[in-house]
Amino acid sequence: MTADRDALIRIRGLHKSYGPIEVLKGISLDVHQGEVVSIIGASGSGKSTFLRCLNVLEMPQAGRLRFEGFDFDFDENSRHRPTAADLRLLRARIGMVFQSYNLWPHMTVLENVIEAPIRVAGQPLREATANAEALLARIGLVDKRHSYPTRLSGGQQQRVAIVRALAMAPKVMLFDEVTSALDPELVGEVLSLVASLAEDGMTMLLVTHEIGFAREVSTRTLFFDQGLVAEDGPPREVLQDPRSDRLRQFLKRVLHTDVRRDAGHAVDGSAGAQAIEGSAP
Amino acid sequence: MIATWWEGFEPYVAGFLDASVVVLVLSICSILVSWIFGLLAALGKVSRFRLLRWLSDFYIWFIRGTPTLIQIFIVYFGLPQFGLRLSPFVAGVIALGFNGGAYVAEIIRSGLSAIPRGQTESAEALGMGRSLLMRRIILPQVFRIILPPLTNEAISMLKNTSLLSVITVVELTLYSQTIIATTFRPFEFYIATALIYLVMTSVISQIAAYLERKFARSL
Repeated sequence: MTADRDALIRIRGLHKSYGPIEVLKGISLDVHQGEVVSIIGASGSGKSTFLRCLNVLEMPQAGRLRFEGFDFDFDENSRHRPTAADLRLLRARIGMVFQSYNLWPHMTVLENVIEAPIRVAGQPLREATANAEALLARIGLVDKRHSYPTRLSGGQQQRVAIVRALAMAPKVMLFDEVTSALDPELVGEVLSLVASLAEDGMTMLLVTHEIGFAREVSTRTLFFDQGLVAEDGPPREVLQDPRSDRLRQFLKRVLHTDVRRDAGHAVDGSAGAQAIEGSAP
Repeated sequence: MIATWWEGFEPYVAGFLDASVVVLVLSICSILVSWIFGLLAALGKVSRFRLLRWLSDFYIWFIRGTPTLIQIFIVYFGLPQFGLRLSPFVAGVIALGFNGGAYVAEIIRSGLSAIPRGQTESAEALGMGRSLLMRRIILPQVFRIILPPLTNEAISMLKNTSLLSVITVVELTLYSQTIIATTFRPFEFYIATALIYLVMTSVISQIAAYLERKFARSL
């Protein structure tokens, strides 16, 4: 991997351990403007940890991260370790959506969406509200703006969580298994919102178990294995022609459960999964 | 008959009112002091520094394991030995506040631990700093959770003010005792005293119930 000056995000040699367990063993990656990177891999392969290192919700022990004006060196002795103030600025530029939505239950939908734009970005209330309502209109939930999150379905909550992140006008969006906690019939509405962001040209990294969706939407697929990027390429190549046995085995396991789960529901995943299975050698 | 019964009370109504006000002021002061001690001890318990965690643990252990009356005696009778002579009122507020703080600390700690980690993370991921997310995201949720146990704590604080009669704070209990000493009618006057306490504790419950209803819509 050669140095790439034009990359939006540049990661070099990222290491992360929890005690004696090394979860990330030196990840290097360039992500360009407009790329949609899907990250697949078995649980424990480090893919979620990697995503959480990008906005430094987890502090890596070593490695470098460059993004916009930020250039961090996570080495303990480095003078370029991020300060608390750096992290606030960085995170304001990177949106993140979690598996469990994490909407704030004591605030209405609208309050959830305008909180960070007002308190972190310093937008005036009127502007933040107009922006939030436009975003909520886009996902068809503007009439729910004065509802509390518990009154919403899981799919609606997750879409509000996505809008809450978008309200900060991030340069990059991180999606951490955003459909894993949803009932199967609600997965589609969330995935189609993610897909529409991809069409808008949003730079995104998504950790996902929806192999079919990864194939449809992403421009690039990473296979994480034991704390390293084991495969990296266009989704059709990586998913249809896996080079390693480990990825082949992984796909077999995942697609098997995918097909079984999707048996009763027509979600985006099933078509893609079948297409891949059909073309397997 | 009712008329003569009432005539027996009438001379003391103003005195009862004054004594009730003393109870209210004592309670409010002690509750505020207990919140301060409670918040400090709760923060101490989750502190990075072992000494602070240890101090908080010791404080809570001591307070919960010893009688409130003894704690009051230590503050009022014990501290003057070290030159710290406090008025009965101040000693009483400090003793009750210090006592209540241990219970409030446990309530706050359990409230904090009831907030899922994801609430903090989603705020951090949007660029919120520590104090902003505490103020806007965590504490408002903690407050809703701890309101019921905090109400119970306020009620027992109000009732505990009667213990201060033994260090000569002229509150409701001591006032009724002085009347009984001259009228020799303990039944009527103790019942009357109990009813006044009951009115005050009921008012606290009602206020808390109102606040809970107000917040219930969102949880």
